[in-house]
Amino acid sequence: MTVSEISMTTAAPTVRTDAVDVADARPRIRPLRILGTVVLVLVAFGILTFLVTNERFEWPIVAEYLFNPSVLLGLLTSILLTAVAMVLGTSLGVVLAAGQLSDYWPARLACKAFVGFFRGVPPLVQLIFWFNLAYLLPRISVGVPFGPEFFSWSTNDLITPLTAAIIGLSLHEAAYMAEIIRAGILSVDQGQHDASAAMGFSRWHSFSRIVLPQAMRVIIPPTGSQVIATLKGTSLVSVIAMGDLLHAVQVIYNRTYDVVPMLIVAVIWYLVSVSILTVIQGKIEAHYSRGATRAAPKATGRAAAAGTSTDPVAPDAGQAGTAIDNRTKENQ
Amino acid sequence: MNGSQTGTARGTAGAALATPVLEVVGLRKQFGDHTALDGIDLTVNEGEVVAILGPSGSGKSTLVRCIDQLETIDGGAMYLDGDLLGFEQGRSLRPLTDAGVRAQRRRMSMVFQQFNLFPHWTVLRNVTEAPIAVHGVPSAQAKAAARDLLAKVGLSDKADAYPRQLSGGQQQRVAIARAVAVEPRVLLFDEPTSALDPELIDEVLQTMKALAATGRTMVVVTHEMEFAREVADRCVFMAEGRVIEDRPADEFFRAPETDRLRSFLARSMRANDERRG
Repeated sequence: MTVSEISMTTAAPTVRTDAVDVADARPRIRPLRILGTVVLVLVAFGILTFLVTNERFEWPIVAEYLFNPSVLLGLLTSILLTAVAMVLGTSLGVVLAAGQLSDYWPARLACKAFVGFFRGVPPLVQLIFWFNLAYLLPRISVGVPFGPEFFSWSTNDLITPLTAAIIGLSLHEAAYMAEIIRAGILSVDQGQHDASAAMGFSRWHSFSRIVLPQAMRVIIPPTGSQVIATLKGTSLVSVIAMGDLLHAVQVIYNRTYDVVPMLIVAVIWYLVSVSILTVIQGKIEAHYSRGATRAAPKATGRAAAAGTSTDPVAPDAGQAGTAIDNRTKENQ
Repeated sequence: MNGSQTGTARGTAGAALATPVLEVVGLRKQFGDHTALDGIDLTVNEGEVVAILGPSGSGKSTLVRCIDQLETIDGGAMYLDGDLLGFEQGRSLRPLTDAGVRAQRRRMSMVFQQFNLFPHWTVLRNVTEAPIAVHGVPSAQAKAAARDLLAKVGLSDKADAYPRQLSGGQQQRVAIARAVAVEPRVLLFDEPTSALDPELIDEVLQTMKALAATGRTMVVVTHEMEFAREVADRCVFMAEGRVIEDRPADEFFRAPETDRLRSFLARSMRANDERRG
């Protein structure tokens, strides 16, 4: 058959009678995956055996101390510190993010310097530094610079392990949150800024109602990681004798020498807290994904696809409005 | 609230009864070394529909963005109902405060090429937000008015949908309802159909045509020749940041004066035909 003969053919092509139906197909066999499954099961079994048979884990001691009051108090301290550091850090982070995006360059410079400094200094170093602030600054006073003082306190009275921990963790947190929030704001389309400006919304209204809610979708996932990092980071405050979870178990194993079982107690509580936070993060993400996808709540898509295969949007010009409305009714 | 003072000294050519709503005088705009607008003069009278045509890069979009003060300007002046836009004349001429600029923007509305609806709000909230939050319209009244407008653009059953659940044409009709909801003195359209699939263009043009028939003052940057010929009172042809011709629509298409416009019209008509199939 020549090319010209093919192109001349006008009759509808016949449907072949020996065609299979792929709906009857069975899954392909993948030997490597079977091997992989076997290996993973063996590894899991090995870990489990190690955990159960190794008597040095001393599980009875873990169970005995898991709900020990001083351990629970340490856990509560860690959680509260995380909450305070996140609230203060995020509030300051919003200001720093806005400052970095400002068209007023002194604000931009100051905010960038702040973020650069507090993101660059390790949190452990900051904690020890704030705890020893009295060496550098014996008294803290409120007043006009180079002028009269209104209030004044001894730094040693102000800086307790608690305040040093809050200041250190919050400032470190603020620097990271500033970057996360800045990235979120930049992810919002310029057209949204244009539209809200064109409508005459105030800066605060367009930031809080239009830009930030849309930025949240980008802000939430790294913030979730940040909360988890902060919760774990609270273990650093044990070096300045702040009674967090790690410090609580340390106090106990310094007395009983049950180092490993007590650390297991701490590990369990850290993992439980982090798991709960992960679930909460998922819920918040779902809340802010409103309107982010085309999927209407249930009952669309399939029905439309199964219906007609013609272009769903009516090209009928004159009656465009009503034609479109009819179409959407069909889909529902 | 649109403190329309009785005209300005600047009279418009011709019709003595026509009230100028928008006046642009010698407007200049630079982007770095590039001159985007090079002395634009344009007057739009009450109830007039002015189409702005021209090749891409001619400065049409920049012009409407400057009018809505989304871009700063480098020279010339713009007046809305006789009020200088973006600047105030005290002892010396200085830029207006942010609040002052916002107050002026509230007297205009813009429909964007990319719709720019707020995706996290329902259609209804998109339309009611500005009337309620900015213009102080009571919520119930704003909602009723918004439903009315949505019915007019043929989307009464979409009030509770989110923008991304709508087709491009539907989104743009919502954007038009949103723009009209604040009762603007002038409606600015920045290539409202350029981001749409060809089969969705007509529904938007029909909506705009209906709007024009209600006597709204409109400035429409567009590539739609048919629309300009049918709906616009005046057509303005721009090229390289200048106004080349500014004439009543029928003359504009029937008897273009410059070679540039003649060749532009020929090219555009062909392109429009091809695109529409």
